[in-house]
Amino acid sequence: MHKAPKALRLLDGVSVLLLVVATGMVFLYAPVERTMGLVQKVFYFHVSANWIGMLGFLVAAVAGGIYLARGNRFWDVLEVAAVEIGLVFSLIGIVTGSIWARPIWNTWWTWDPRLVTVAVMELIYIAYFMLRQGIEDPERRARYAAVYAIVGFLSVPLTFLSIRFYRSIHPVVITSSSAQLSPKMFQTFMFSLFTFTVLFVDLLWHRLRLGLLSEQVERLRMKLSE
Amino acid sequence: MSAASRERTSLWRATRAIVWKDLTAELRSRELLSAMLVFALLVILSFNFALDLDPKTRGSVTSGVLWVTFIFAGTLGLNRSMAVEKDRGCLDGLLLAPMDRSAIYFGKSVANLAFMLIVEAVVLPLYSLLYNVNLFRPGLLLMILLGSVGYVAVGTLLSSMAVQARTRDMLLPILLFPVTLPVLIAAVKGSAGFLSGLPLTDIQPWINLLLVYDVIFVAIAFIVFDYVVEE
Repeated sequence: MHKAPKALRLLDGVSVLLLVVATGMVFLYAPVERTMGLVQKVFYFHVSANWIGMLGFLVAAVAGGIYLARGNRFWDVLEVAAVEIGLVFSLIGIVTGSIWARPIWNTWWTWDPRLVTVAVMELIYIAYFMLRQGIEDPERRARYAAVYAIVGFLSVPLTFLSIRFYRSIHPVVITSSSAQLSPKMFQTFMFSLFTFTVLFVDLLWHRLRLGLLSEQVERLRMKLSE
Repeated sequence: MSAASRERTSLWRATRAIVWKDLTAELRSRELLSAMLVFALLVILSFNFALDLDPKTRGSVTSGVLWVTFIFAGTLGLNRSMAVEKDRGCLDGLLLAPMDRSAIYFGKSVANLAFMLIVEAVVLPLYSLLYNVNLFRPGLLLMILLGSVGYVAVGTLLSSMAVQARTRDMLLPILLFPVTLPVLIAAVKGSAGFLSGLPLTDIQPWINLLLVYDVIFVAIAFIVFDYVVEE
């Protein structure tokens, strides 16, 4: 059995530590927001989770492009890993958003551009896995999945734009010119983003390793049956 | 003319040949168009009772009803057009032909677009007749054309992938609908704008969005199609 490389185990430790510190900062360091109260604290991990969702899908699309160009199985495994993580974190983003929206907007869900875009993104990547399941030949499966990862990712900004022409009520906290956050809030927010990014790399590495190992098992099994 | 270019049929001629083949085959069998048309009418009929299309509500939902009808009927056509090639082994023949493989994509897309436009050309006057509204406005026709192009551009690419899957008929709408959602939204909103006589400046964003979508996805499909049919 292959043991996890030392760097990966170190990264596990760092991720856990960062998560603990980030949680501490959210609850102890950042001040309580004046009008929204405690529920505003969901914001730090909510935005971070959505950021990881987007990052995952971006990594998947890029990996898909490289797979098509090079044909190396590694990129296919990376693509699946990134989509899986992106899917889970987008879901976390939706759930934490709902928790915040219930007291603030007085509803769990509304048809706001960002909400719809994330929901459609979830559907695209669920379809992605259905496509993978439907195709037996691994090489063809990898090609089709790569194509769909690219096409799906490209449609996301257009979906967002198309719904944005409706009225949007989602708060825009970070604009290009300023962040409407107190310094302590801003530091906590940035730290959460950083933490989640490290966590993403850690999870991606694990999932990639798992994927490569299972490919290896598959190859060995084929060799045995020959 | 060099030897290579003489052997390989030009993209334009190959595309035209494939479109011609599809249209001729359809003209002889008429199975696809008749199915799409009957299905489209059934969808409108269902909407009539599901939404209770009395004159008052009708105004606000007409464009939505039309577009859902179009894309449902379109899915039927997209599924069929690739399934026919696969089942009768014609796809292998097309792939063996000495031509650029993009011609298969363009040929199939144009044929699919033609079928969709034919269905739309029948549904529109019929809807006008049934509900006593005049749908023949140049703006609406433009939206229908732009929307159909975007829908078919992605649909043809995805249907050539879905057809290879075990669950193919089920898979296509699941792959296609979330990706073409911008088309549906922009087309429905733009069409509704033209139907209710909004000024062009209000409709412009939807037209732009459809144009951008069409350009991006025709280009992307053109680039990646080779990888889809590669054997």
